[in-house]
Amino acid sequence: MRELLVPYQFEFFRNGLIVATIAGALCGLVGVFVVQRGMSYIGHGLSHAIFGGFAVSALVGVSYFIGAGLWGIAAAFAINGVTRRKTIGADAAIGVVTTASFALGLALFAVFGRAGRSFDAALFGSVLGVSSTDVLVIAGVAVAATLVVVFQYRPLLFTTFDPEVAAASGIRTARVEGLLMLILAATILSTMRVLGVTLIAATIVIPAVVARMLTDSFGRLLVYSTIIGGACGAIGMNLSYHADIQSGPTIVLTGALFFIVAFAVSSLRAARRRRLPLAALGA
Amino acid sequence: MNERDANLVSLAGVTCRYRTEPVLEGVDLDVQQGSMVGVVGPSGSGKTTLLKTILGVVDPVAGRVSRRERLRVAYVPQVETVNWSFPVTVAECVLMGRTEGRRLPWASIAERRQVAGVLDRLGIGDLGERHIRELSGGQQQRMFVARALVSEPDLVLLDEPTSGVDARIRHELMHLLGDLNDEGLTILLTTHDLNGIATHLPQLICLNRRVIAEGTPFEVLTPATLEATFGASMDVLMHHGVCIVVDQPRVFAPLFAVAT
Repeated sequence: MRELLVPYQFEFFRNGLIVATIAGALCGLVGVFVVQRGMSYIGHGLSHAIFGGFAVSALVGVSYFIGAGLWGIAAAFAINGVTRRKTIGADAAIGVVTTASFALGLALFAVFGRAGRSFDAALFGSVLGVSSTDVLVIAGVAVAATLVVVFQYRPLLFTTFDPEVAAASGIRTARVEGLLMLILAATILSTMRVLGVTLIAATIVIPAVVARMLTDSFGRLLVYSTIIGGACGAIGMNLSYHADIQSGPTIVLTGALFFIVAFAVSSLRAARRRRLPLAALGA
Repeated sequence: MNERDANLVSLAGVTCRYRTEPVLEGVDLDVQQGSMVGVVGPSGSGKTTLLKTILGVVDPVAGRVSRRERLRVAYVPQVETVNWSFPVTVAECVLMGRTEGRRLPWASIAERRQVAGVLDRLGIGDLGERHIRELSGGQQQRMFVARALVSEPDLVLLDEPTSGVDARIRHELMHLLGDLNDEGLTILLTTHDLNGIATHLPQLICLNRRVIAEGTPFEVLTPATLEATFGASMDVLMHHGVCIVVDQPRVFAPLFAVAT
């Protein structure tokens, strides 16, 4: 037991734990809307798109949050705009916009040279090396995202469930979708340096998918997904220290373990439900 | 009340296009308060576009749509277009109808009472915590009617409400809509079901891009009007005071030979 508490004496671990937990919870919250809109790939795609902005900001010498942030928001709105036209599906729109942006980032680094350690951090994440600015930014985005979800819950739910009827019922769906894209871009931007381009999609999708197997209520889904995301961050960080594996992979693997358990439990429950009517008939 | 005041919505010379293709052309239409109107027409005749134009979701390229001030319109979609796997309970779905006022996610006590009251009234009061996929076809339709009713509308628009449901559910739904209309709710619905729905409605509009005819079923359901609307030859018979529309018989020679 005492051994489990050893890493808590280190400040870098405590900071990393706080950031990983908030980042996991934030991704879990936003992920519900992403998954239910059939845009699971957007987390993966948008983080790659933001990588293009990251390359530009690193080379030009402007702040990562400004350069990559503007780039990410532009990419999110480009995806949303292409998707709303309905001639191209969301998956194809994400594929085109984000891979082009990622390729641009790689090309810029190839021509002008890499920007050192931050390049690897952007690709694979670095929870243990987070700065106090990272902590503040993630906490700020988490608070803003929570406020948006709480105060825009009804339009967000209706627009996610049925955008056409929501528009017919007087909801400004374009504005709601724009707001969601803004939150998503901010979430990816703030968590990308912590979780990395390559792993961020999992932290957005897995908690929402696990929570979906536990409840049929949208309200409870949001709460469960946020808690599961936060728990994956916290447990993954502890596992990372004790197993001496990078924190990004252990956070994602914790989520995958949650998924396996939830899938097994829900499959057993479904099997039991199927057997019940036969038992009632004496079969 | 004069005629102008009695109209909830008026369309004057409304033309709508999808890209360059006209969907509605020069449509004149008045929806009077307290009326129950069916819009019949073949697929692609502009029925759904008409509803969306009344809702204000589709803007006409020509003509004018006038709505009574502070008019509340609710819309009931086709159940076939709904994502039934979406994680939402019946009560949550009904609460979506409350698009104005309270912003917080959780329902107020008054809202909870209202949702429970509407669900009770529609005979699905004990299903509020169920997932929407667990409902039968008739219950699903009632849930969407409930969602429309919680917005306390003046006018309810229903898009093919009996599409894909069996005769019993259709019968139940028509009785429910009739009761709501008797209580003063104005109802406009689209249907392609001439015998199951249209002949039982007090007022009909035959639409095929433009209004072909409007009036009672007796006035509207004539072979000439039906031919102009659907582009197919149909006969109209009378049965216990109700119009019955039948396709004009065509004799298939081999079948006829077997039967004789």
